[in-house]
Amino acid sequence: MAGQQKLKQAKVLVIGAGGLGCPIMQYLVAAGVGHIGIADNDKVSLSNLHRQVIFGTEDIGLYKVDVVKQKMFSLNSDVNIRTWNERWTQEHCMQHFPDYDVVVDATDNFASRYLINDASVLLGKPLVFGAVSQFDGQVAVFNQLQANGSRSVNYRDLFPLPPANGEVLNCSEGGVLGVLPGTIGTMQATEVIKLITGLGKTLSNRLWNYNALTQEVFIMQLVSNPISHQHIPSSEEQFMAADYEWMCAVPQRGITEIDVLDWQQNFLDHLFVDIREPHELPRLDALCSSLGLEWMEIPLSSLENNLGCLTDRNVVFVCQAGMRSLMAADMLMKASPDSAVFSLKGGVRMLAEKKLI
Amino acid sequence: MIEVMFFGQLTDATGVSSVMVEEVGNTDMLIQMMKQRYPALESSTYMIAINNAMVTENSIVTPGSKVAFMPPFSGG
Repeated sequence: MAGQQKLKQAKVLVIGAGGLGCPIMQYLVAAGVGHIGIADNDKVSLSNLHRQVIFGTEDIGLYKVDVVKQKMFSLNSDVNIRTWNERWTQEHCMQHFPDYDVVVDATDNFASRYLINDASVLLGKPLVFGAVSQFDGQVAVFNQLQANGSRSVNYRDLFPLPPANGEVLNCSEGGVLGVLPGTIGTMQATEVIKLITGLGKTLSNRLWNYNALTQEVFIMQLVSNPISHQHIPSSEEQFMAADYEWMCAVPQRGITEIDVLDWQQNFLDHLFVDIREPHELPRLDALCSSLGLEWMEIPLSSLENNLGCLTDRNVVFVCQAGMRSLMAADMLMKASPDSAVFSLKGGVRMLAEKKLI
Repeated sequence: MIEVMFFGQLTDATGVSSVMVEEVGNTDMLIQMMKQRYPALESSTYMIAINNAMVTENSIVTPGSKVAFMPPFSGG
Protein backbone atom coordinates (compact mmCIF):
# COMPACT_ATOMS: atom_id res chain seq x y z
CA MET A 1 0.00 0.00 0.00
CA ALA A 2 1.30 3.46 -0.85
CA GLY A 3 2.31 5.73 2.02
CA GLN A 4 -0.48 8.21 1.41
CA GLN A 5 -3.07 5.46 1.53
CA LYS A 6 -1.60 4.18 4.83
CA LEU A 7 -1.85 7.68 6.29
CA LYS A 8 -5.46 7.99 5.19
CA GLN A 9 -6.39 4.74 6.92
CA ALA A 10 -4.32 5.42 10.05
CA LYS A 11 -5.86 6.14 13.44
CA VAL A 12 -3.77 8.31 15.77
CA LEU A 13 -4.64 9.35 19.32
CA VAL A 14 -3.02 12.59 20.54
CA ILE A 15 -3.30 13.24 24.29
CA GLY A 16 -2.71 16.91 25.07
CA ALA A 17 -3.66 19.88 22.87
CA GLY A 18 -1.07 22.32 24.18
CA GLY A 19 2.43 23.30 23.09
CA LEU A 20 3.24 19.82 21.74
CA GLY A 21 -0.25 18.77 20.65
CA CYS A 22 -0.87 21.78 18.39
CA PRO A 23 2.02 21.27 15.95
CA ILE A 24 1.48 17.49 16.06
CA MET A 25 -2.15 17.94 14.99
CA GLN A 26 -1.31 20.45 12.28
CA TYR A 27 1.28 18.24 10.61
CA LEU A 28 -0.69 15.00 10.96
CA VAL A 29 -3.81 16.55 9.45
CA ALA A 30 -1.81 18.28 6.71
CA ALA A 31 -0.09 14.96 5.93
CA GLY A 32 -3.48 13.33 5.41
CA VAL A 33 -3.83 11.13 8.52
CA GLY A 34 -7.45 10.01 8.23
CA HIS A 35 -8.59 9.51 11.82
CA ILE A 36 -7.37 11.50 14.80
CA GLY A 37 -8.49 11.54 18.41
CA ILE A 38 -7.50 14.54 20.54
CA ALA A 39 -7.95 14.91 24.30
CA ASP A 40 -7.37 17.89 26.61
CA ASN A 41 -9.47 19.28 29.45
CA ASP A 42 -7.98 22.79 29.28
CA LYS A 43 -9.42 25.97 27.86
CA VAL A 44 -7.32 28.46 25.91
CA SER A 45 -5.78 31.18 28.09
CA LEU A 46 -3.71 34.25 27.28
CA SER A 47 -0.55 32.69 28.77
CA ASN A 48 -0.78 29.84 26.21
CA LEU A 49 -0.54 31.98 23.10
CA HIS A 50 3.26 32.47 22.98
CA ARG A 51 3.84 28.75 22.48
CA GLN A 52 0.51 27.29 21.33
CA VAL A 53 0.41 29.24 18.10
CA ILE A 54 -2.67 27.56 16.66
CA PHE A 55 -4.78 29.63 19.09
CA GLY A 56 -5.65 33.34 18.82
CA THR A 57 -6.95 35.90 21.29
CA GLU A 58 -10.50 35.25 20.04
CA ASP A 59 -10.20 31.63 21.27
CA ILE A 60 -9.54 32.51 24.93
CA GLY A 61 -11.98 30.71 27.19
CA LEU A 62 -12.90 28.03 24.61
CA TYR A 63 -11.99 24.35 25.01
CA LYS A 64 -8.69 23.73 23.23
CA VAL A 65 -9.96 20.57 21.55
CA ASP A 66 -12.95 22.43 20.08
CA VAL A 67 -10.74 25.14 18.58
CA VAL A 68 -8.26 22.55 17.26
CA LYS A 69 -11.04 20.53 15.65
CA GLN A 70 -12.49 23.54 13.87
CA LYS A 71 -9.07 24.72 12.61
CA MET A 72 -8.16 21.21 11.44
CA PHE A 73 -11.35 20.96 9.40
CA SER A 74 -10.44 24.15 7.59
CA LEU A 75 -7.04 22.59 6.83
CA ASN A 76 -8.48 19.28 5.59
CA SER A 77 -12.22 18.70 5.60
CA ASP A 78 -11.77 14.95 4.97
CA VAL A 79 -10.19 14.27 8.36
CA ASN A 80 -12.22 12.41 10.93
CA ILE A 81 -11.64 13.98 14.36
CA ARG A 82 -12.93 12.79 17.72
CA THR A 83 -12.43 15.05 20.74
CA TRP A 84 -12.48 14.64 24.53
CA ASN A 85 -12.57 17.82 26.64
CA GLU A 86 -11.87 15.75 29.76
CA ARG A 87 -8.77 14.83 31.71
CA TRP A 88 -7.48 11.52 30.33
CA THR A 89 -7.93 8.65 32.82
CA GLN A 90 -7.44 4.89 33.11
CA GLU A 91 -11.01 4.38 31.88
CA HIS A 92 -10.28 6.39 28.75
CA CYS A 93 -7.17 4.28 28.07
CA MET A 94 -8.98 0.95 28.43
CA GLN A 95 -11.94 2.10 26.36
CA HIS A 96 -10.24 4.00 23.54
CA PHE A 97 -6.63 2.81 23.07
CA PRO A 98 -7.82 -0.31 21.19
CA ASP A 99 -9.38 1.96 18.52
CA TYR A 100 -6.05 3.56 17.57
CA ASP A 101 -2.84 2.43 15.81
CA VAL A 102 -0.50 4.96 17.45
CA VAL A 103 -0.71 6.91 20.72
CA VAL A 104 1.05 10.27 21.11
CA ASP A 105 1.99 11.65 24.54
CA ALA A 106 1.70 15.44 24.29
CA THR A 107 0.81 15.99 27.95
CA ASP A 108 2.51 18.28 30.45
CA ASN A 109 2.64 16.29 33.70
CA PHE A 110 4.13 13.07 35.06
CA ALA A 111 0.83 11.57 36.23
CA SER A 112 -0.45 11.55 32.63
CA ARG A 113 2.89 10.43 31.21
CA TYR A 114 3.17 7.34 33.46
CA LEU A 115 -0.53 6.57 32.95
CA ILE A 116 -0.21 6.67 29.16
CA ASN A 117 3.06 4.72 29.17
CA ASP A 118 1.68 1.91 31.32
CA ALA A 119 -1.51 1.67 29.26
CA SER A 120 0.52 1.49 26.04
CA VAL A 121 2.55 -1.41 27.43
CA LEU A 122 -0.54 -3.19 28.78
CA LEU A 123 -2.51 -2.76 25.55
CA GLY A 124 0.40 -3.14 23.11
CA LYS A 125 0.32 0.28 21.44
CA PRO A 126 3.33 2.13 20.01
CA LEU A 127 3.77 5.43 21.88
CA VAL A 128 5.41 8.56 20.51
CA PHE A 129 6.77 10.42 23.52
CA GLY A 130 7.78 14.08 23.63
CA ALA A 131 8.53 16.41 26.55
CA VAL A 132 10.18 19.76 27.16
CA SER A 133 12.09 21.44 29.96
CA GLN A 134 13.15 25.11 29.88
CA PHE A 135 15.52 24.90 26.90
CA ASP A 136 15.67 21.12 26.26
CA GLY A 137 13.34 18.64 24.65
CA GLN A 138 13.16 14.85 24.42
CA VAL A 139 11.53 12.58 21.82
CA ALA A 140 11.35 8.77 21.71
CA VAL A 141 9.22 5.97 20.28
CA PHE A 142 8.28 3.52 23.01
CA ASN A 143 6.81 0.06 22.83
CA GLN A 144 7.13 -0.37 19.07
CA LEU A 145 6.71 -3.94 17.80
CA GLN A 146 10.13 -5.12 16.62
CA ALA A 147 11.14 -7.67 13.99
CA ASN A 148 11.78 -10.34 16.66
CA GLY A 149 8.26 -9.92 18.05
CA SER A 150 9.29 -8.08 21.23
CA ARG A 151 8.49 -4.46 22.04
CA SER A 152 11.01 -1.61 22.19
CA VAL A 153 11.78 -0.04 25.57
CA ASN A 154 9.26 2.19 27.33
CA TYR A 155 9.41 5.20 29.68
CA ARG A 156 9.67 2.99 32.80
CA ASP A 157 12.94 1.57 31.45
CA LEU A 158 14.39 5.08 31.52
CA PHE A 159 12.77 6.31 34.72
CA PRO A 160 11.14 3.41 36.63
CA LEU A 161 9.44 5.77 39.10
CA PRO A 162 8.32 9.39 38.81
CA PRO A 163 10.63 11.98 40.39
CA ALA A 164 9.67 13.55 43.70
CA ASN A 165 7.37 16.39 42.97
CA GLY A 166 8.74 19.88 43.12
CA GLU A 167 11.96 18.48 41.71
CA VAL A 168 11.01 18.96 38.07
CA LEU A 169 9.53 22.24 36.92
CA ASN A 170 6.63 22.30 34.53
CA CYS A 171 6.34 24.93 31.80
CA SER A 172 4.39 27.43 33.84
CA GLU A 173 6.90 27.09 36.70
CA GLY A 174 10.19 27.08 34.85
CA GLY A 175 9.07 28.93 31.76
CA VAL A 176 9.78 27.48 28.35
CA LEU A 177 11.17 29.02 25.19
CA GLY A 178 7.96 29.42 23.15
CA VAL A 179 9.32 27.87 19.96
CA LEU A 180 10.72 24.77 21.73
CA PRO A 181 7.46 22.75 22.01
CA GLY A 182 6.94 23.57 18.32
CA THR A 183 10.29 21.95 17.52
CA ILE A 184 9.62 18.92 19.70
CA GLY A 185 5.99 18.47 18.56
CA THR A 186 7.14 18.59 14.94
CA MET A 187 9.68 15.82 15.69
CA GLN A 188 6.89 13.75 17.27
CA ALA A 189 4.72 14.21 14.16
CA THR A 190 7.70 13.03 12.07
CA GLU A 191 7.94 9.84 14.15
CA VAL A 192 4.18 9.19 13.86
CA ILE A 193 4.37 9.46 10.06
CA LYS A 194 7.39 7.11 9.98
CA LEU A 195 5.58 4.58 12.18
CA ILE A 196 2.51 4.61 9.92
CA THR A 197 4.30 4.52 6.58
CA GLY A 198 7.26 2.35 7.58
CA LEU A 199 9.64 4.98 6.20
CA GLY A 200 13.13 5.30 7.66
CA LYS A 201 14.23 4.33 11.15
CA THR A 202 12.16 5.50 14.12
CA LEU A 203 13.47 6.64 17.51
CA SER A 204 12.64 3.22 18.88
CA ASN A 205 15.20 2.25 21.60
CA ARG A 206 16.70 5.73 21.28
CA LEU A 207 16.16 8.99 23.17
CA TRP A 208 16.59 12.14 21.08
CA ASN A 209 17.55 15.13 23.20
CA TYR A 210 17.68 18.63 21.76
CA ASN A 211 19.01 21.81 23.35
CA ALA A 212 17.65 25.05 21.88
CA LEU A 213 20.43 27.20 23.37
CA THR A 214 23.27 25.32 21.68
CA GLN A 215 21.29 23.61 18.86
CA GLU A 216 23.04 20.44 19.96
CA VAL A 217 21.37 17.07 19.54
CA PHE A 218 22.31 14.17 21.79
CA ILE A 219 21.00 10.71 20.93
CA MET A 220 21.12 8.01 23.56
CA GLN A 221 20.81 4.27 22.90
CA LEU A 222 18.26 2.84 25.33
CA VAL A 223 18.18 -0.61 26.91
CA SER A 224 15.49 -2.33 28.89
CA ASN A 225 15.80 -1.94 32.63
CA PRO A 226 15.38 -5.12 34.67
CA ILE A 227 13.39 -3.31 37.36
CA SER A 228 10.93 -1.51 35.08
CA HIS A 229 8.53 -4.45 34.89
CA GLN A 230 8.03 -4.42 38.65
CA HIS A 231 6.36 -1.05 38.31
CA ILE A 232 4.10 -1.59 35.29
CA PRO A 233 0.65 -3.00 36.03
CA SER A 234 0.44 -6.45 34.45
CA SER A 235 -3.34 -6.70 34.25
CA GLU A 236 -6.32 -4.45 33.63
CA GLU A 237 -7.33 -4.86 37.30
CA GLN A 238 -3.92 -3.70 38.55
CA PHE A 239 -3.90 -0.82 36.09
CA MET A 240 -7.36 0.38 37.09
CA ALA A 241 -6.40 0.18 40.78
CA ALA A 242 -3.22 2.27 40.41
CA ASP A 243 -3.42 5.88 41.62
CA TYR A 244 -1.35 7.94 39.17
CA GLU A 245 -2.28 11.31 40.64
CA TRP A 246 -1.10 10.17 44.06
CA MET A 247 2.04 8.54 42.72
CA CYS A 248 3.09 11.86 41.20
CA ALA A 249 1.62 14.14 43.86
CA VAL A 250 3.24 17.14 45.51
CA PRO A 251 4.37 16.26 49.02
CA GLN A 252 3.58 19.20 51.29
CA ARG A 253 6.26 18.50 53.94
CA GLY A 254 4.76 21.01 56.35
CA ILE A 255 6.39 24.09 54.85
CA THR A 256 4.50 27.30 55.42
CA GLU A 257 3.62 29.23 52.31
CA ILE A 258 2.81 32.88 52.82
CA ASP A 259 1.02 35.10 50.32
CA VAL A 260 2.29 38.49 49.21
CA LEU A 261 -0.03 40.50 51.47
CA ASP A 262 0.92 38.45 54.53
CA TRP A 263 4.57 38.87 53.64
CA GLN A 264 4.25 42.67 53.35
CA GLN A 265 2.45 42.91 56.67
CA ASN A 266 4.28 40.38 58.84
CA PHE A 267 7.52 39.10 57.32
CA LEU A 268 9.58 42.10 56.19
CA ASP A 269 11.89 41.61 59.18
CA HIS A 270 12.81 38.12 57.88
CA LEU A 271 15.83 37.56 55.68
CA PHE A 272 14.54 37.47 52.08
CA VAL A 273 16.42 34.96 49.89
CA ASP A 274 16.02 34.91 46.10
CA ILE A 275 17.04 31.40 44.97
CA ARG A 276 16.55 31.95 41.23
CA GLU A 277 19.44 31.56 38.79
CA PRO A 278 21.18 34.84 37.77
CA HIS A 279 19.59 34.81 34.29
CA GLU A 280 16.02 34.88 35.61
CA LEU A 281 14.29 38.25 35.38
CA PRO A 282 13.09 40.60 36.75
CA ARG A 283 15.69 40.94 39.52
CA LEU A 284 14.53 42.17 42.90
CA ASP A 285 17.21 44.77 43.81
CA ALA A 286 14.92 47.79 43.42
CA LEU A 287 12.06 46.28 45.40
CA CYS A 288 14.29 45.07 48.23
CA SER A 289 16.10 48.37 48.65
CA SER A 290 12.86 50.38 48.50
CA LEU A 291 11.44 48.19 51.27
CA GLY A 292 14.72 48.33 53.20
CA LEU A 293 14.86 44.54 53.34
CA GLU A 294 17.77 42.42 54.37
CA TRP A 295 18.06 40.14 51.35
CA MET A 296 20.41 37.75 49.53
CA GLU A 297 20.65 36.05 46.15
CA ILE A 298 21.65 32.37 46.44
CA PRO A 299 20.83 30.29 43.33
CA LEU A 300 19.27 26.94 44.22
CA SER A 301 22.26 25.23 42.56
CA SER A 302 24.59 26.59 45.27
CA LEU A 303 22.16 26.75 48.18
CA GLU A 304 23.35 23.53 49.79
CA ASN A 305 26.89 24.92 50.08
CA ASN A 306 25.60 28.18 51.54
CA LEU A 307 23.14 26.85 54.09
CA GLY A 308 25.62 27.74 56.83
CA CYS A 309 24.94 31.47 56.49
CA LEU A 310 21.20 30.84 56.93
CA THR A 311 21.43 28.64 60.02
CA ASP A 312 19.18 29.83 62.86
CA ARG A 313 17.89 32.69 60.71
CA ASN A 314 14.25 33.46 59.96
CA VAL A 315 14.01 33.22 56.20
CA VAL A 316 11.48 33.79 53.43
CA PHE A 317 12.52 32.07 50.18
CA VAL A 318 11.36 33.36 46.81
CA CYS A 319 11.68 31.94 43.28
CA GLN A 320 9.91 32.57 39.97
CA ALA A 321 6.62 30.80 40.68
CA GLY A 322 6.82 29.48 44.23
CA MET A 323 7.80 25.86 43.52
CA ARG A 324 11.58 25.84 43.85
CA SER A 325 11.30 28.06 46.96
CA LEU A 326 9.47 25.13 48.58
CA MET A 327 12.47 22.90 47.81
CA ALA A 328 14.82 25.54 49.24
CA ALA A 329 12.68 25.81 52.38
CA ASP A 330 12.77 22.04 52.71
CA MET A 331 16.58 22.00 52.43
CA LEU A 332 17.00 24.68 55.10
CA MET A 333 14.48 23.09 57.46
CA LYS A 334 16.40 19.80 57.31
CA ALA A 335 19.74 21.53 57.90
CA SER A 336 18.54 23.98 60.52
CA PRO A 337 15.41 22.73 62.30
CA ASP A 338 15.28 25.79 64.58
CA SER A 339 14.98 28.28 61.73
CA ALA A 340 11.59 29.79 60.94
CA VAL A 341 11.36 29.07 57.20
CA PHE A 342 8.76 30.30 54.74
CA SER A 343 8.13 30.15 51.00
CA LEU A 344 6.56 33.08 49.14
CA LYS A 345 3.51 31.69 47.37
CA GLY A 346 3.40 32.44 43.65
CA GLY A 347 6.93 33.86 43.79
CA VAL A 348 8.15 36.75 41.67
CA ARG A 349 5.25 36.23 39.29
CA MET A 350 2.84 37.06 42.11
CA LEU A 351 4.92 40.12 43.12
CA ALA A 352 4.51 41.34 39.55
CA GLU A 353 0.81 40.58 39.53
CA LYS A 354 0.39 42.66 42.70
CA LYS A 355 2.27 45.49 40.93
CA LEU A 356 5.13 45.48 43.45
CA ILE A 357 7.73 45.17 40.66
CA MET B 1 39.93 12.62 31.76
CA ILE B 2 36.21 12.02 31.65
CA GLU B 3 33.64 14.48 30.31
CA VAL B 4 30.47 14.63 32.40
CA MET B 5 27.43 16.22 30.72
CA PHE B 6 24.29 17.50 32.45
CA PHE B 7 20.97 18.05 30.69
CA GLY B 8 17.74 19.95 31.32
CA GLN B 9 17.04 21.13 34.84
CA LEU B 10 20.15 19.33 36.18
CA THR B 11 22.13 22.34 34.95
CA ASP B 12 20.24 24.37 37.61
CA ALA B 13 21.62 21.96 40.20
CA THR B 14 25.18 22.01 38.88
CA GLY B 15 25.49 25.46 37.30
CA VAL B 16 27.38 23.90 34.35
CA SER B 17 26.35 21.83 31.33
CA SER B 18 29.57 19.84 31.26
CA VAL B 19 32.68 19.33 33.33
CA MET B 20 35.97 17.45 32.87
CA VAL B 21 36.95 15.22 35.79
CA GLU B 22 39.84 12.94 36.68
CA GLU B 23 39.41 9.27 35.95
CA VAL B 24 37.07 7.31 38.20
CA GLY B 25 36.56 3.56 38.13
CA ASN B 26 32.83 3.26 37.66
CA THR B 27 29.54 5.11 37.47
CA ASP B 28 28.73 4.69 41.18
CA MET B 29 32.01 6.41 42.07
CA LEU B 30 31.37 9.12 39.51
CA ILE B 31 27.85 9.76 40.87
CA GLN B 32 29.29 10.00 44.39
CA MET B 33 31.92 12.46 43.21
CA MET B 34 29.31 14.60 41.41
CA LYS B 35 27.00 14.65 44.45
CA GLN B 36 29.87 15.89 46.60
CA ARG B 37 30.69 18.59 44.10
CA TYR B 38 27.05 19.55 43.40
CA PRO B 39 25.00 18.70 46.51
CA ALA B 40 21.70 19.64 44.85
CA LEU B 41 22.12 16.48 42.70
CA GLU B 42 21.35 14.47 45.85
CA SER B 43 17.63 15.14 45.45
CA SER B 44 17.54 14.86 41.63
CA THR B 45 16.34 12.06 39.35
CA TYR B 46 18.43 11.12 36.30
CA MET B 47 19.59 8.23 34.17
CA ILE B 48 23.17 7.63 33.10
CA ALA B 49 24.64 7.00 29.65
CA ILE B 50 28.28 6.20 28.86
CA ASN B 51 29.32 7.22 25.35
CA ASN B 52 25.64 7.62 24.36
CA ALA B 53 24.60 4.20 25.65
CA MET B 54 22.25 4.03 28.64
CA VAL B 55 23.39 1.91 31.60
CA THR B 56 21.06 0.49 34.25
CA GLU B 57 23.61 -0.60 36.84
CA ASN B 58 27.06 0.29 38.09
CA SER B 59 29.34 0.26 35.02
CA ILE B 60 33.04 0.73 34.29
CA VAL B 61 33.96 4.20 33.04
CA THR B 62 37.04 4.01 30.82
CA PRO B 63 39.34 7.03 30.42
CA GLY B 64 38.19 9.38 27.66
CA SER B 65 34.53 8.43 28.12
CA LYS B 66 31.65 10.89 27.96
CA VAL B 67 29.10 10.32 30.69
CA ALA B 68 25.63 11.90 30.44
CA PHE B 69 23.28 12.64 33.35
CA MET B 70 19.80 12.83 31.79
CA PRO B 71 16.76 13.90 33.86
CA PRO B 72 13.09 13.36 33.01
CA PHE B 73 11.18 16.33 31.55
CA SER B 74 7.48 16.78 32.17
CA GLY B 75 6.61 19.90 30.20
CA GLY B 76 4.48 20.11 27.10
